Amino acid sequence: MMDAADRRIINALQGGFPVSERPFRDAAVELGLDEGDLIRRIERLQADGYLSRFGPLYDAENMGGAKTLAALSAPEAEFERVTEQVNAFDAVAHNYQRAHDLNMWFVVCSDTPGGVKETLDAIEAETGLKVYDMPKLEEFFIGLKFELDEKDAEDAA
Amino acid sequence: MILDDTDRQIVRATQEGLPLDPQPYHRVAEALNLDPADVMTRVRRMLDGGAIRRIGVIPNHYALGYTFNGMTVWDVDDARVSELGAKVGALDFVSHCYHRPRHLPLWRYNLFAMVHGRSKDAVERQVERIAELLGDEAHDHRILYSTRILKKTGLRIKETG
Repeated sequence: MMDAADRRIINALQGGFPVSERPFRDAAVELGLDEGDLIRRIERLQADGYLSRFGPLYDAENMGGAKTLAALSAPEAEFERVTEQVNAFDAVAHNYQRAHDLNMWFVVCSDTPGGVKETLDAIEAETGLKVYDMPKLEEFFIGLKFELDEKDAEDAA
Repeated sequence: MILDDTDRQIVRATQEGLPLDPQPYHRVAEALNLDPADVMTRVRRMLDGGAIRRIGVIPNHYALGYTFNGMTVWDVDDARVSELGAKVGALDFVSHCYHRPRHLPLWRYNLFAMVHGRSKDAVERQVERIAELLGDEAHDHRILYSTRILKKTGLRIKETG
């Protein structure tokens, strides 16, 4: 169950968490909370599954590595086998089943420039399926805009 | 930006999250046998250099009720994709927007926009708005709903490298 302060935390703290001696105390001031309360609320939001994580969001491409979105078409009867094979790669960060002939879409991250291609080649070899590489050619600015309103609190409760 | 071994140690120690402690950077420093001021300097440098996009809460859209995520894909002229992508990315309900390569004949779509909603209807209304915005510039589009999350771990960097 989330209250107004929880929603404020989720809306206001998707970025900008301070890098300081007492960052929770500094962030709490902005949110009208005290340090201990903010820490406990984040702990609880995380335990309840409303947060996937709390901390830095790293960007593989800006760390000298690389990242891509790739897709493949797994035969229905072999979908579970292919899922296990693809997910077994540590470089596969996210994987979604989607309703299309290309029914498996996954993100591959690597901390080396060549790591992505190596992983895609290895996935082709392992699954015996063609992998379609769809790296971003250009990213359009979106900013931070995932916002919760009153209705979200009800739905999420 | 170039990360050194110490930066990478910090990445490995924090990629699953910061300690929920009044002095999280001090706890990271202790675990790595580093000076807290050095850890904070390096974290700030990674923020400035873009290795860290942001620090804060990472919401779980599904748990928050946004259970429908549609990857919308559009076929627009390559010559105009930058201009049109900027317009689509500016819509308040689009969470990611990219130009990606086509794979003809199987895959003709070169503009990807991710939308999130609490219902399929909500997602479809958003797609209508993108379609109106693009008008005749969009030759074709599709919504690829996710039917199952197969894996979601986020970035993991290796022990070596």
